[in-house]
Amino acid sequence: MHPFELIRATDVTQAIQGAAKNSTAQQGAQIRFVAGGTTLIDLMKLNVEQPQTVIDINGLPLDKVEALPDGGLKIGAVVRNSDLAYHPAVVRDYPVLSQALLSGASAQLRNMATTGGNLLQRTRCVYFRDTATPCNKREPGTGCSAIGAFNRTLAILGTSERCIATNPSDMNVALAALEATIHIQGINGERSVPIDEFFLLPGDTPHRENVLEPGELITFVTLPPLSAGSKSVYLKLRDRASYEFALASAAVVANVQQGKIARIRIALGGVGTKPWRSVEAEKALDGQTANEEQFRTAAETALRNARPQSENGFKVELAKRCLVRALKLATRTA
Amino acid sequence: MTREKVSEVKTEPEETPAFGHLSRRTFLSRLGATGAAAAAASPLLGLAQTQLKREQAETPVTVAGGVPITLRVNGKEHQVQIDPRTTLLDCLRETLYLTGTKKGCDHGQCGACTVHINGRRINSCLTFAAMHQGEEITTIEGIGQPGNLHPVQAAFVKHDGYQCGYCTSGQIMSAVALLKEPCGPTDADVQELMSGNICRCGAYRNIIAAIREVRQEGKQGVTNASI
Repeated sequence: MHPFELIRATDVTQAIQGAAKNSTAQQGAQIRFVAGGTTLIDLMKLNVEQPQTVIDINGLPLDKVEALPDGGLKIGAVVRNSDLAYHPAVVRDYPVLSQALLSGASAQLRNMATTGGNLLQRTRCVYFRDTATPCNKREPGTGCSAIGAFNRTLAILGTSERCIATNPSDMNVALAALEATIHIQGINGERSVPIDEFFLLPGDTPHRENVLEPGELITFVTLPPLSAGSKSVYLKLRDRASYEFALASAAVVANVQQGKIARIRIALGGVGTKPWRSVEAEKALDGQTANEEQFRTAAETALRNARPQSENGFKVELAKRCLVRALKLATRTA
Repeated sequence: MTREKVSEVKTEPEETPAFGHLSRRTFLSRLGATGAAAAAASPLLGLAQTQLKREQAETPVTVAGGVPITLRVNGKEHQVQIDPRTTLLDCLRETLYLTGTKKGCDHGQCGACTVHINGRRINSCLTFAAMHQGEEITTIEGIGQPGNLHPVQAAFVKHDGYQCGYCTSGQIMSAVALLKEPCGPTDADVQELMSGNICRCGAYRNIIAAIREVRQEGKQGVTNASI
C-alpha cells in the first residue's frame, strides 16, 4: 500500500474543502473519502487505488434515517448497511431495499459499509482488481482484458468495446427501482441527481463511473413515498446461497389493482454496467393483467438488447427467469 | 510496513511454561523466532529470543511518518505510534500482541479477523486502526479466558466447533455478536448470518450446533427477534 495522510473530518464543509484539490473524483483520485472502507481499503491493498490523502468522514452528522413530510425517507450517507436494512421504516415501507441490503456481503461487512460508499462500490471484474493486466477502467487506454477472457460474471447490458464490468451492488438495484435521489454537496453548493442519472455507462470512458466532481460528497439519499398497496421484492440469484455477488437479480416495486398492474418499477442487477432500470419492461406491463405470460413478455423486452460475452451467455435467460419470478412475488395476492 | 513503537505490551501467562511442557503458541513463537531447525535443536534458545523480542518492543521506537493514537481494547487504553496504513488487524496483532485475532485473506472475505467495535462485529482487516480512537474495541481475548469462558466459547468446545482452529476466534466473535442481532429462530437464519466466516476444515455443522445451544439456553442477551 502506498503511504497516505489520514485526516479526520469533523464537518461536511471541512471534508469538501479537503477534497477540493482533487483533479478527479473518479479512478485515479489523489484524495479519497473513507467511511466503511470495505471497497477503498481493499483496493488500496491491491494498489488499484493509490490516494495520497484519505479523509475519514465517519464523524460527520450524516448517520440518521429520517421520515420526510411527504411520507418518503431521508437516508444519511454514513448510515451503515445493517442499520438501514433493519430500520423499521425500511422493513415496513421499502422491503425491496431491506432484502437487497441483507442479500449483500456478510454481517460484518454490512456493519461497516455505508449508503454513500455502497453507491460508489467498484466492480469485481478480476482484471480491474489485478494491476498486472490491462484495464480501461483502471488505466484508460490500456485495453479490456475481460472481452474474450474470464467474463462469466460480467455484464450483458450497457457494455461497450472498452468495458464490460458489472456494477456489483445489490442496494443500488433496489434504489433504482425505488427511484431514489442522490443528494450531493460540493464547493459550489448542493445538487440532487436521480439515481438513474447518477451512474454513467462505460462508453469510451469506463474510468468515469458517476457524475461526482472533485470535492463533491454524497450527503443523503432520499426515497419518494410509495402509493398505498404497493409491494416490493428483491430476488438475487448467485453461485452459492449466501455471501456472493449476483449473477442476476431483480428489484420490483408493484401496485396491482383488481388484477391489473397500476404502477410498476423494475431494475436488474448482476447483468448491467450500472444498476439497470428497465423502463421498457415497465411500459410493457403498464395496465396489463398480472400473469406469467405478461411477465415473460416484459422479461423478453428487458433483455432485448443484451450482448452476451464469451462466457456469460447463460445470464440472458437467467435474468429473464429472475425477473419473471420477482414479478410473480411482487404481484401475488396474499 | 514499518515496525511501530509500542508503549504497552500485554503479557500472556500461558506463554511462559516450564521446559518440557510447551503450549502450541509457545512452540510456534519459538519457530517464528529461531527457525524450525534451531527451535527443534534448542527450545531454550527459542524462548530466550522470544523474550528478547519483547524487551525490544517495550523500548520506544520512532516510526518515520508514524502517528500517535490511543486505542481502547478490551477495556484497556493503549497509546501507540503507528503508520497510518496500519489496519486495525495488524495493529492488534503486531503492535499490541493480541494475536488471538487472525489474519486470513486480509481482504474482508474470510472473517478470521472479526472483532467488535462498540459491540458490533466488523472485519478488522478492512479498516485503519487510526479510525477507531475513542471506540470500544473487543477482541477474542476480551470475550473470555481459560477458566472463565464465554458461553459461546464453552459451546464451541462442547460441540467440537473447529478442527485446525484458525478461523475459530473469528467464528466466536461473530457468534457472540449474532446473539444480539435480529436473527430469525432457525438454523438457516444462523447460517445466513454466519456466512461471512469461512471454515476451511468444514466444521460448520458443529459451529451451528454450538450457536443453537447457546440461543436455546438464552444466554448472553439472546434475542429471537425476527424482522
